[in-house]
Amino acid sequence: MESQGSCSVFDHVVRAPEDPILGVTVAYNKDQSPIKLNLGVGAYRTEEGKPLVLNVVRQAEQTLVNDKSRVKEYLPIVGLAEFNKQSAKLIFGSDSPAIQENRVTTVQCLSGTGSLRVGGEFLAWHYLERTIYIPVPTWGNHPKVFTLAGLSVKTYRYYDPATRGLDFQGMLEDLNSAPAGAIVLLHACAHNPTGVDPTLEQWEQIRQLIRLKGLLPFFDSAYQGFASGSLDSDAQSVRIFVADGGECLVAQSYAKNMGLYGERVGALSIVCKNADVAGRVESQLKLVIRPMYSNPPIHGASIVAMILRDRDMYNEWTIELKGMADRIISMRHQLFEALLARGTPGDWSHIIKQIGMFTFTGLNSEQVAFMTREYHIYMTSDGRISMAGLSSTTVPHLADAIHAAVTRVA
Amino acid sequence: MSSWWRSVEPAPKDPILGVTEAFLADPSPDKVNVGVGAYRDDNGKPVVLECVREAERRIAGNLKMEYLPMGGSVNMVQETLKLAYGENSEFIKDKRIAAVQSLSGTGACRLFADFQKRFRPDSQIYIPVPTWANHHNIWRDAQVPQRSYHYYLPETRGLDFAALMDDVKNAPDGSFFLLHACAHNPTGVDPTEVQWREISYQFKVKGHFAFFDMAYQGFASGDPERDAKSIRIFLNDGHFIGISQSYAKNMGLYGQRVGCLSVLCEDEKQAVAVKSQLQQLARRMYSNPPLHGALIVSTILGDPDLKKLWLKEVKVMADRIIGMRTALRESLEKRGSTLSWRHITDQIGMFCYSGLTPEQVDRLTNEYHIYMTRNGRISMAGVTTGNVGYLANAIHEVTKSA
Repeated sequence: MESQGSCSVFDHVVRAPEDPILGVTVAYNKDQSPIKLNLGVGAYRTEEGKPLVLNVVRQAEQTLVNDKSRVKEYLPIVGLAEFNKQSAKLIFGSDSPAIQENRVTTVQCLSGTGSLRVGGEFLAWHYLERTIYIPVPTWGNHPKVFTLAGLSVKTYRYYDPATRGLDFQGMLEDLNSAPAGAIVLLHACAHNPTGVDPTLEQWEQIRQLIRLKGLLPFFDSAYQGFASGSLDSDAQSVRIFVADGGECLVAQSYAKNMGLYGERVGALSIVCKNADVAGRVESQLKLVIRPMYSNPPIHGASIVAMILRDRDMYNEWTIELKGMADRIISMRHQLFEALLARGTPGDWSHIIKQIGMFTFTGLNSEQVAFMTREYHIYMTSDGRISMAGLSSTTVPHLADAIHAAVTRVA
Repeated sequence: MSSWWRSVEPAPKDPILGVTEAFLADPSPDKVNVGVGAYRDDNGKPVVLECVREAERRIAGNLKMEYLPMGGSVNMVQETLKLAYGENSEFIKDKRIAAVQSLSGTGACRLFADFQKRFRPDSQIYIPVPTWANHHNIWRDAQVPQRSYHYYLPETRGLDFAALMDDVKNAPDGSFFLLHACAHNPTGVDPTEVQWREISYQFKVKGHFAFFDMAYQGFASGDPERDAKSIRIFLNDGHFIGISQSYAKNMGLYGQRVGCLSVLCEDEKQAVAVKSQLQQLARRMYSNPPLHGALIVSTILGDPDLKKLWLKEVKVMADRIIGMRTALRESLEKRGSTLSWRHITDQIGMFCYSGLTPEQVDRLTNEYHIYMTRNGRISMAGVTTGNVGYLANAIHEVTKSA
């Protein structure tokens, strides 16, 4: 049979490059070596190197499956109401005046990515400024999500390679020269990929500058509870902004802190000046969501809602969460000590100063490639390693690899 | 300082989902919801299929919740392609299909629309009149210009085939068309097999691209193979089509958001390229699709017994709807309505395009607490032996002076 035109209308489509982050796991899986280490994507692993489903999540799941009255109907466009309510409380605090005054609209989205995309598209449609400032560096997917949402992306200085810490002056200068109304992406805690967070005092200065310049903050909160082990501490940056009565957007993810990665559970909150505005904003958010996927998936949100509203389950969750955060902090210390013990040249204290799941090692792409080739260690080429992928048994192997890379590769 | 959002207008309510909201708010004991297209059993209750319950029992507790790949569950996608392209499809064997798991049908259409915009930026999409309202929103947000083609003929409450073919012939060569594979939403009017063959032939002459939205496979006739006939005709004629598939209705997985987008390519290499680009678009929207629903689907379709059970349950749902069509038509005729109601049984799938005017629909809602979309679309899934008489009576009352 002769085909129409004998040529596909998509004949010219070229193969896209591998996603740099997710591509790491693809490469890792292909590697046949018995000793290999995946420090790429930020998914938590136990000391045995296994993925972890939290006990409290298992409990919630069992309850759901045993509940014969549950049906699989469509959620509303904005998602599961109980989930939205609990998510807002989690990030803003249960006593948050913004919640009590009904000026927060919260919509369930597909994890952090989905929340950022919906928020970005809403801004592109309804906000007077179409520029968003993102830190350098940031999660690789940020600029792509916002660009496709219809925003134009600019940057502000953030990481200082010389100190492996925050370039606070540079950050303030760049935010200061942003046009009034510009959107600013802020990592609420456990900055990805650097693990470098502002102190609370620095956050206060950032807040003052942002409010003075009339910039619009958009928080990405993907690690609440994972950074310090305390849900409230990790939300402080967001809460000081909300406390001043101003407006902001917050994208929340439950991928890491509840281990719900593949279920795609998250929420977008927009804090507005008053309830009337919040209502109108919510109605417009629905118009962004409906042509994207109509309504969000029910399973993961049902698990989260159940855990957050049941006091015992909530408490159990906080304990399991702290357990994960503590294990990561312990890995930081073990790696740091292992490098000290080997006399690896350089200052490695940033490993224990940085916060959250990732360490920005400071290794360059040649060193990273060397470590992959010679030691079968998989990480992103910017030198970011996921501490969650380490265990006491694998720390020595990584320390050896870093030592070799630093001493043998420029 | 005032709000950034002062100028944000309140958005209009979604015409379809807004109906159920209004229904839920109505305290009347007689109320009937024939609005949104979600299946109900003869007691008016939502249904979770037995095969789904069993799949969930097997999944719970064994699950890791890791990220799926950007393209979703490979197992689930493979099984889904078999449904659309055929169990032994050469295209599947030759790996010529670029396919990704999507957020149900909406997500599949949106991914395709974004892909179309990116790689054929000069193209537009021809959309039937009428169509599911959200189709317009999807291609609009993807910034693909829309054109329309004739489809429904109000006079016959059937297909306006002549005008449809004219539109196909008059469209510029190589245009993109959105086709409903079966059980057209909202009209329930499908081309016959002969008509599909003619449409396919004309598409070849014009070099048009066919994108099929298949949201009701199995639901229309009760037989998934039969419901895929239009697609198989196009495949046989050598078209490189695109397909959006949804498990919302035929597996009752509505809120799980499970579907699949596929694009048939010339060869494996091109399929790899196209899939990689679809994945990039997904990455920018939600990174990777949700796990739970996909596992339910692959558990069911991967187990011959569960799959058989599913096919049986789909047929039960389709048969009940066909039964209600007959009952509603007979009920109206028995009440002495002088209007023709044969379209109720001629039309197929979940919806009946009743021909009621918006004013008549408003009367049904205000006087009889019957909820449907103002285009007169009745979701037959909401009709039961318990309410069909009440519904027929109400329709007769508001139309008898027409």
